[in-house]
Amino acid sequence: MFRRRRDAVEPIEAIAEPVTVARPRREQRGMGLRARPSGLGARLRSIMGAGSPATAATWDAVEEALIGADVGATTTLELVDAARTRLRADGGRSGEDARRALATEIRDRLVRVGSGRFELGDAPCVILFVGVNGTGKTTSIAKLAHRLQGEGRTLALAAADTFRAAAVEQLRIWGDQLGVPVIAQRAGADPGAVAFDAVVAAEARKLDVVLVDTAGRLQNKQQLMDELAKIRRVIERRLPDQPRHVLLVLDATTGQNGLLQAEAFSREVGVTGIILTKLDGTSKGGVALAVADRLGVPILFAGVGEEIDALAPFDPEAFVEWLFAG
Amino acid sequence: MFESLSARLQGISERLRGKARITEADLDVALREIRLALLEADVNFRVVRDFVARVRERALGSDLLTGLNPGQQIVKIVHDELVEVLGGARHHLSLDARPSVLMMVGLQGSGKTTTAAKLAVRLRRDGKKPLLVAADVYRPAAVDQLVQLGDQIGVEVHTRPVGTPALEVARSGLEEARQRGVDVMILDTAGRLHVDEAMMDELVRIVGIVTPAETLLVVDAMTGQEAVRVADAFHAKLPVTGLILTKMDGDARGGAALSIRAATGLPIAFLGTGERTDGLEAFHPDRLAQRILGMGDILSFVERVQENVDHAEAEQVAQRMMENRFTLDDFRSQLNQIKKMGPIGQLLGMIPGAGQMAGAAQEAVDSGQMKRIEAIIDSMTPDERRRPEIIKASRRRRIALGSGSSTAEVNRLLKQFVEMQRMMKMISGGKMPRMGGGLGALLGR
Repeated sequence: MFRRRRDAVEPIEAIAEPVTVARPRREQRGMGLRARPSGLGARLRSIMGAGSPATAATWDAVEEALIGADVGATTTLELVDAARTRLRADGGRSGEDARRALATEIRDRLVRVGSGRFELGDAPCVILFVGVNGTGKTTSIAKLAHRLQGEGRTLALAAADTFRAAAVEQLRIWGDQLGVPVIAQRAGADPGAVAFDAVVAAEARKLDVVLVDTAGRLQNKQQLMDELAKIRRVIERRLPDQPRHVLLVLDATTGQNGLLQAEAFSREVGVTGIILTKLDGTSKGGVALAVADRLGVPILFAGVGEEIDALAPFDPEAFVEWLFAG
Repeated sequence: MFESLSARLQGISERLRGKARITEADLDVALREIRLALLEADVNFRVVRDFVARVRERALGSDLLTGLNPGQQIVKIVHDELVEVLGGARHHLSLDARPSVLMMVGLQGSGKTTTAAKLAVRLRRDGKKPLLVAADVYRPAAVDQLVQLGDQIGVEVHTRPVGTPALEVARSGLEEARQRGVDVMILDTAGRLHVDEAMMDELVRIVGIVTPAETLLVVDAMTGQEAVRVADAFHAKLPVTGLILTKMDGDARGGAALSIRAATGLPIAFLGTGERTDGLEAFHPDRLAQRILGMGDILSFVERVQENVDHAEAEQVAQRMMENRFTLDDFRSQLNQIKKMGPIGQLLGMIPGAGQMAGAAQEAVDSGQMKRIEAIIDSMTPDERRRPEIIKASRRRRIALGSGSSTAEVNRLLKQFVEMQRMMKMISGGKMPRMGGGLGALLGR
């Protein structure tokens, strides 16, 4: 048993050449968010023209725009109510005043729950990545690893997605490219054991951070959620204050099911923050706003492209501006 | 967190009880609820607007059907309208060419690679010889993933060394498909954003090389408001012939399907459920309509049972139930059948109102309770299984020892079994409690 565990720790040395074809590169700026024509912002601008007064019709249109951005009907109605109250209190009446009231309302709510504030704390810091299938957990791990490396942190990646075909290989390829050790066992191994190995290895080598990849799972599969809770417990038992972060990787393309995801993963493993991925499409990721507002889970990072550096710390100000721009 | 539409309309029904016609004021209240429910099911807001307008037109002045209260009648109108939009006929893959190329396209993470393998399994079941071609050259280990899936299901996978451009993989894949004389070539492509022009152009060029018989857009059932824009963009650039909606085993309502149907008219070919390679189901508009409305999916459940149950054995068991000769042997064989049907939680999730039960049943499986029951039955003699009433104290101790359980557990199982027999007697005696009859009648079956 102990031998198997020791054998299982297989750090991989860095190799020079990339293992995949690079995609055609796209331009970058700001938090990396690109405004797109006919997005939410264009609609909002047209209904909230600077001079014209805000009317009931204006607010109806605002509601529609927010719903169109996947904020969800319930959260939208509440946000608009709050913005109207704020507008009355401020004594504003123009469309532009209304726009500002709504933007401030949204930004304040995002900031209040701690969006964009990410600290590692004591080493080794263990970060558990969770989420449904296909949201971009493995890619987000690679991007966050790259970012932390840039800050001079030492890292290990734990390949605890032992279920999906080639998931371990996918993480290994990233580990190779980044020159970061990947702790892995064979496919089908107990994910808790992999996480445990990684934590032990991090302690032994005095690493700063361990990023734990887990298999994607739909939140209504209780036995898979139990497995995830067990991975968390295994880490906790070894290091009582860890995992310091449990990051829910949420696809910006997701609709209202994102709320159910956040609710279930929070209940089972205590989500501490959200990585909102695929914000480089046309989706605004409004469901993350609903999650932050209704469940109090902060948005910490945004995935804004295919490139390894396309992960930005979430900036509520820039997000709201982008929501209303373009 | 979300109330189903039927639950939302329940309250309206209460208020309208006894009224003979739906008035405009009643309707406005109901339509507001319908609008919210559809939005929470992720139907695109523009599609919702048109849809609600049509429901309004249909409902206004319509006489109440006998046996339905106004709330139920509105649900029926919404349901019928949903079925109409979701599309009547099923999409049948056109597989006349040899090889017929099926090309999988979609956003990242929608489930193209898994679905490609599932399609291969399904086509082979239909007597076709498939070849998988791994043209996702961008995502690390995507090719490995398809190769491993191919190994699992015993289907050949065409691959090229790392660094080969996707176009080249498609070209040589087609060559191999011709040489091998396969019936169908399933081409997996990399996920891409619909706004990424360079990547979309790559797909256009691949289409030029392989001229697919079917270009299938793979869409995650959890997709929100952008589903329309995504589908429009793929549809505009590529000869998309159908949709595959994935992750339908989750609890997303799947409103995206309605949005895409309404906006593009593309037919829905299949639904992906679960991570097992046999999780690809035919699409039925009425079932999806019920799911969007939050009514569960009883028919998929029935179908799954039909596909997996050994009919001769099941009939025998049913016969014995009717004759009150149901034994622990029969019970044991039923447990086996249930296990063959796959994750039990997934099965129960398809039954309206059984969502809560699903968790409990899955827990029974996970906690090994199911195994213990099997072990207890296996530790009985054939005679004991046929006539459990002969099991007295000393036999109980022996069975407990043999199965590694306690006499209390053996007692509990025997008690549950007697209870089951009693229920069966009631059912076969025609005293079955009326369950869910109202809903079935409502939907016209």
